[in-house]
Amino acid sequence: MQTDSETGKNLPTTGDVESVVIRFAGDSGDGIQLLGAQFTTSTALAGSGLSTFPDFPAEIRAPLGTTFGVSAYQIKFGARKIFTSGDQPDVLVALNPAALKVNVGLLLEGSLIVVDTGTFVERNFKKAHIEADPLEDGSLAKFQVLKIDISRLTMEAVKEFGLGNKDALRSKNLWALGLMLWMFDHDRAPIIEWLNRKFAKNENIRDANIAALNAGHAFGETSELSGDMRRYTVGAASLEPGLYRTVTGAQALSWGLAAAGQLAKTPLVFCSYPITPASPILHLLAQMKEFDIVTFQAEDEIAAVCAALGASYAGSIGVTSSSGPGIALKGEAMGLAISTELPLVIVNSQRGGPSTGLPTKTEQSDLYQAVYGRNGDAPMPVLATRSPGDCFFIAVEAVRLAIKYMTPVMILTDGYIGNAAEPWKLPDFNALDPIAVPHVAARPSGAEPFNPSVRDPETLARVWAKPGTKGLEHRIGGIEKSHETGHISYDPANHQKMTQVRRDKIAGIAKDIPPQEVDFGEESGRLAVIGWGSTYGPIARAVRIARSEGHDVSHIHLTYINPFPENLGELLSRFDRILVPEMNMGQLITVLRDHFLLQAISLCKVSGQPFKISEIIEAIHGQLSLQAAE
Amino acid sequence: MNVQTPAEKLTLKDFSTDQEVRWCPGCGDYAILKCMQRTLPQMGVSRENTVFVSGIGCAARFPYYMETYGFHTIHGRAPAIATGVKLANPELDVWVVTGDGDALSIGGNHLMHALRRNVDLNILLFNNEIYGLTKGQYSPTSHPGTRSPSTPYGSVDSPLNPCRFALGSGARFVARTVDTAQKHMPEIFTRAHAHQGASFVEIFQNCIVYNDGVFSDFTDKPVAADAQLLAVHGEPLIFGKEKNKGLRLKPGTLALEVVTIGEEGVSVEDILVHDQTSETMAFILTKLSPPDFPMVLGVIYEDPASSYERDVYRQYESVRKERGTPDFNAFLAKGDTWRVS
Ligand SMILES: Cc1ncc(C[n+]2csc(CCOP(=O)(O)OP(=O)(O)O)c2C)c(N)n1
Ligand code: SF4
Ligand SMILES: [Mg+2]
Repeated sequence: MQTDSETGKNLPTTGDVESVVIRFAGDSGDGIQLLGAQFTTSTALAGSGLSTFPDFPAEIRAPLGTTFGVSAYQIKFGARKIFTSGDQPDVLVALNPAALKVNVGLLLEGSLIVVDTGTFVERNFKKAHIEADPLEDGSLAKFQVLKIDISRLTMEAVKEFGLGNKDALRSKNLWALGLMLWMFDHDRAPIIEWLNRKFAKNENIRDANIAALNAGHAFGETSELSGDMRRYTVGAASLEPGLYRTVTGAQALSWGLAAAGQLAKTPLVFCSYPITPASPILHLLAQMKEFDIVTFQAEDEIAAVCAALGASYAGSIGVTSSSGPGIALKGEAMGLAISTELPLVIVNSQRGGPSTGLPTKTEQSDLYQAVYGRNGDAPMPVLATRSPGDCFFIAVEAVRLAIKYMTPVMILTDGYIGNAAEPWKLPDFNALDPIAVPHVAARPSGAEPFNPSVRDPETLARVWAKPGTKGLEHRIGGIEKSHETGHISYDPANHQKMTQVRRDKIAGIAKDIPPQEVDFGEESGRLAVIGWGSTYGPIARAVRIARSEGHDVSHIHLTYINPFPENLGELLSRFDRILVPEMNMGQLITVLRDHFLLQAISLCKVSGQPFKISEIIEAIHGQLSLQAAE
Repeated sequence: MNVQTPAEKLTLKDFSTDQEVRWCPGCGDYAILKCMQRTLPQMGVSRENTVFVSGIGCAARFPYYMETYGFHTIHGRAPAIATGVKLANPELDVWVVTGDGDALSIGGNHLMHALRRNVDLNILLFNNEIYGLTKGQYSPTSHPGTRSPSTPYGSVDSPLNPCRFALGSGARFVARTVDTAQKHMPEIFTRAHAHQGASFVEIFQNCIVYNDGVFSDFTDKPVAADAQLLAVHGEPLIFGKEKNKGLRLKPGTLALEVVTIGEEGVSVEDILVHDQTSETMAFILTKLSPPDFPMVLGVIYEDPASSYERDVYRQYESVRKERGTPDFNAFLAKGDTWRVS
């Protein structure tokens, strides 16, 4: 098997590297996420391609120094488009023994480990259940280890600010950041600017942090002179021209919803109940009132979806957001939205399940729930996001479909996409298509009674009649309605007809969405790897690598899961074999089989961690060699 | 709440739909419906600004018969859906119609929070102490010992008192009436409508099929006058055929007693005067029930405060004012950006 930077390669001794994976790890109180996020900013500003993976502990404040309190942040950056946060770290920055213990297993021989020796003391070994000092017992012999007393050096750097020990050590993350900025030749100025903004009201803390940052940087410089430390440059990626920023999935999704409201010139009412990893969307939208957004923290997920539906009934765009357990609670109200044919967007930031499962870990196991998970014949469009930046466009598309077809639409995203960051070319809002909102106009008194069951003959969408509009008074509800009048109807033939109309309306969306394209590779061939959602990154990279090795393999990635694009079945039939990698036990493959009677091969992973590129390459190799043997 | 003067003068007929009413003959719901259809035109509201939101149950069929906007939703969730309606359009007059099971069993959480938040909704709880629609199982308001298909030997759990639930949830308007009380029900509706914030009205509603006569101890004509007390703010709490019975605080306690004016030296001055702004009094009055006490009806508590959706919009407007007209592109470009050429 040919190796590539993705599948494991150590840093060269010095000089230019094509891509690097750094993993920052420490106690949850060490400010690891902040360190990672700031390093990401500096990387983005240096123009490199990047992808990140914040790996939080489940506990809010786990006891200091324990293994379950370890927080990590991984970034891969390089001189090209980066698809994943990397299989194995090239560099591990471990700010305490527990962080080393938890993460050392991820490293390949020869990787670089930077440790804060100041924390390698008996007390911390005990907390992390470490028998012998790993810095002394030879267990790290196969790695390059940089032993630096970051704790002491930080305290010295901030001494003049008169902080207590505990407060002084809080700047440790900035010291480490300074060193890493030096090591990868990134600019300190934007970080200092950020510190200036963040600690504008607390000059002492601000100055201490800046001093720590500078001290870490200076430490690199001096050590280089003495030949102890190497420095690397990762070039800029060749990205499409434009204005860029980094964006997380939660940001892009929130901004996409806001943009959709603006494009529809209709207020957005966003209703949610806090749950990991969906909450950031609520937090972000709560700060965006200027875009005609009302946010509502409901008493539970049922109330959240109901309030969103009530808002849609009253003429706004109702949106609700949760994760699997909360989506389960919303099921009945989604059925009501389907039955009353009102627009609604439901965002599911998936996490590990079932039940409470793994709240902070990622999974794609709510596909069945999205496609099939309601009582009655209750079809609903389902869209999946593939990367952080993609969330923006999917949110706009979900709102467009919800309004045009008067239907609830579910967006499947996940914790990984929500928290991960990538460089994002800013879309031009003015170039986005407006969303038409067909609210029915008022009627003069004496006009024919209003019929709420009138449909658009093309889309089959029911009319949207806003309370407050004169002459449109009408009643709707979850009981079956007459196809002709909208009044309650228990007529058997009518129910048959209405069920078919609801099915046909959603199925008809297939005509309104782009045909399925091959993301990378040929339009036919020996093997297609088909994925959905956040497996995009690893599949995209794996297929590129396999093709560069000369293999006949293509990547197809689904955005529309219900309905599927019209040409999907035909496209898939052009491949000898289909491989379906999923972070579940094979849900998409079942749905594909259901539609196309497809013989496909499933590649499942439910460890709470995203796929590694190497895992997918291995499966591609496996399938192709099996095929050769046949 | 939104008082409008429609150009045309509307009547009961204008608020009635052409749908056949499907309640059992003799059901208390008919009287409530008629009263609403009669009272809305008197309030001078417009049909297009009026929305009835209901959950599921016999009571919840109400919106189909009102020629206004109506949303028959799902079991227990009407307060949540109505909250969304108000968040989208605070100008609408939103009425919630719910049953005792709908409001207090499956939907207890939503009712509690709608009241606590003080969303400007007029909530009418049709209390028949039974699950009507599902054919007569006991409900969370059924008195202990209620025999029903699911409790053939009598229910053993304690019931909830709807008005006290509302008060405990922070309701700022709590009233009680009876389906047959065509005289004072219009006033209760009018006042509930006029109240800014959540108004809670419990209506004792007779289910002639599954729980006939549960309220007869205070609603039957011969006993009504002696078993009901219509509380009026600022007036002594007097009741009885002869208007000579009253409620008095037992000296040295927070408990009430029934006394007769003109007996044992009791005069009108000794009778407790109804103070609708006193939460404590509301708690005491809502606890009373026959046979030892009268059932207290009327507006028992009213102490208005700013409503939820009003405060939400106040905050929203102030942020919008501060930030000015937004520019989406400028918003996206905030923070650290870089240009690739
Ligand atoms: C989720 C759900 N659970 C159960 C039911 C069945 N159900 C319908 S109405 C009802 C109880 C109605 O009682 P109440 O709210 O007191 O209304 P009433 O019929 O007495 O007016 C029940 C249990 C349902 N429709 N939906
Ligand atoms: S079952 Fe009872 S509450 Fe329901 S309609 Fe009949 S009488 Fe009324
Ligand atoms: Mg009932």
